[in-house]
Amino acid sequence: MADDASLTTLSENEIPVRKFNINFGPQHPAAHGVLRLVLELDGEVVERVDPHIGLLHRGTEKLMEYRTYLQNIPYFDRLDYVAPMNQEHAFCLAIEKLLDLEVPIRGQLIRVMYSEIGRVLNHLLNVTTQAMDVGALTPPLWGFEEREKLMVFYERACGARLHANYFRPGGVHQDLPEALINDIDDWAAAFARPVNDIDKLITGNRIFKQRNVDIGVVTRQEAIDWGFSGVMVRGSGIAWDLRRSQPYECYDEMDFEIPLGLNGDCYDRYLCRMQEMRESTKIIRQCVDRLRKTPGPVLTEDNKVSPPRRGEMKRSMEALIHHFKLYTEGFRTPEGEVYAAVEAPKGEFGVFLVSDGGNKPYRCKIRAPGYPHLAAMDWMAKGHMLADVSAIIGSLDIVFGEVDR
Amino acid sequence: MSWPVEISTLESLGQQLVADSAGAVAGYSLAFGELTLTAPVSRVVQALTLMRDKFGFAQLIDLCGVDYPERPQRFDVVYHLLSLTKNQRLRLKVQTDEDTAVPTATGVYPCADWYEREAFDMYGIFFEGHPDLRRILTDYGFHGHPLRKDFPMTGYVELRYDDELKRVVYEPVKSVEFRNWDFLSPWEGADYILPGDEKSPGTGGPHPGAPK
Repeated sequence: MADDASLTTLSENEIPVRKFNINFGPQHPAAHGVLRLVLELDGEVVERVDPHIGLLHRGTEKLMEYRTYLQNIPYFDRLDYVAPMNQEHAFCLAIEKLLDLEVPIRGQLIRVMYSEIGRVLNHLLNVTTQAMDVGALTPPLWGFEEREKLMVFYERACGARLHANYFRPGGVHQDLPEALINDIDDWAAAFARPVNDIDKLITGNRIFKQRNVDIGVVTRQEAIDWGFSGVMVRGSGIAWDLRRSQPYECYDEMDFEIPLGLNGDCYDRYLCRMQEMRESTKIIRQCVDRLRKTPGPVLTEDNKVSPPRRGEMKRSMEALIHHFKLYTEGFRTPEGEVYAAVEAPKGEFGVFLVSDGGNKPYRCKIRAPGYPHLAAMDWMAKGHMLADVSAIIGSLDIVFGEVDR
Repeated sequence: MSWPVEISTLESLGQQLVADSAGAVAGYSLAFGELTLTAPVSRVVQALTLMRDKFGFAQLIDLCGVDYPERPQRFDVVYHLLSLTKNQRLRLKVQTDEDTAVPTATGVYPCADWYEREAFDMYGIFFEGHPDLRRILTDYGFHGHPLRKDFPMTGYVELRYDDELKRVVYEPVKSVEFRNWDFLSPWEGADYILPGDEKSPGTGGPHPGAPK
């Protein structure tokens, strides 16, 4: 809004220009969900961005305080619904830390494998929709074809394509059938081709580069100050990946590289994600390889935490009691506070769990990576053109399930 | 830079922080392989600055509130810090109540901005000096602070589309009361009178004849 004082000081041949406020969203295809941005524009140049979030706020943290640990796992699927199992993973790790619980190696391998599948799912969606935000329609069609195959792997492991509810404190719910492991291996072997196809389609594309190179530059210092994580720090050249620096599960036994960007712009972050998909495929193949050689339990055999198998429950009195107690009261955790984090596809996904010794979390704070990333929207978009806003949102990799919780 | 960090390393880090802080860090404790520090509310900015500048904790990973309504200082504000260079994490806790404002950390860590807005929205914790302390996650015009323990899980209002007014309207919650099971066994632990047990001798406890 123009103020009158500035109008009076204009020289003769100047035309008065007033600042422009526009609403971007909440229903806008490039907002990647229900994001409302109040943009203050000077002509076409963005001067201020005020993101209004919370349109998808469901009060997950409040709901969790009223439900047992086991009942809370499905809430994590609904946070970042693009890569559901990675979120469950962080919650399970937090509970395991409280209970000092060991996960059998086969369970660890399955978890790692599905976390990497989640990473590919996420990056496929992000990379291709980012291309769509800047005008290309083919990449999402190709990417979604691969995502479809991965969701079938989700379905074959746990029965649900999206909201998996598969990880459990102490392992995973069920073992994988032999055929599924073979199919995942076949898929991983063939996946290089679709990635290369998308690569050929976008990476050298003139329009894609014009829209992404030197857009939304984040320096190393800014990435640190603003609490960034994941690709947002790696794109700026900081070698930081929780899978490597603070390894959980059996990531320290896996062989993979961590791609880094140089310039910290949208294009470098895109390149990191493309390379990460290839690295994830490598991890998936290593897991498959080891899964074939390591039979054994996938869930801890401590029946105070993990329910007995159904067949056992029908025959053994002890198992029946455990089953009943676990599905009504649930297990109790020792009093205390823990913080557990995983390298989710979007960055550090952390769970701060406060237990009062009961069967429900006293407080569970979900640290979603997208939250600080979106908070940086104001200074990242400042000085850019309006059309760049959607490119920046695309490369921030925002999903409102986790930002709004 | 090994992980997990040795307990002895964390212990010496805690001792050093307490010693160097001139009272800004009150004490430390170790549990579950994690270091937790406490600070008096008025000196939290000093403590955070020290951790950032002298100990390399350059990133504020998370900031959140926790509610303990039975305490006079009912809120904890919990800061999670991460050092990318030393590969260490720590947790800083300060206590406050509904009226005492916590000095804002936005000057030390710019990303505290939204986290503090969230803590204000969810708990009503005030942050002094925050540039723009308004609600962030709840609806426009929302009343109350939903993560407080005395705020009911079902909330106070519900939303529906009114066909006559042709818009959404807020109404008091009419749905069935949420039943919060306590899962205490009547044979052990339950200290209230069970339905049907009213006439049994001795109020409160289980029936005297009941097995312990």
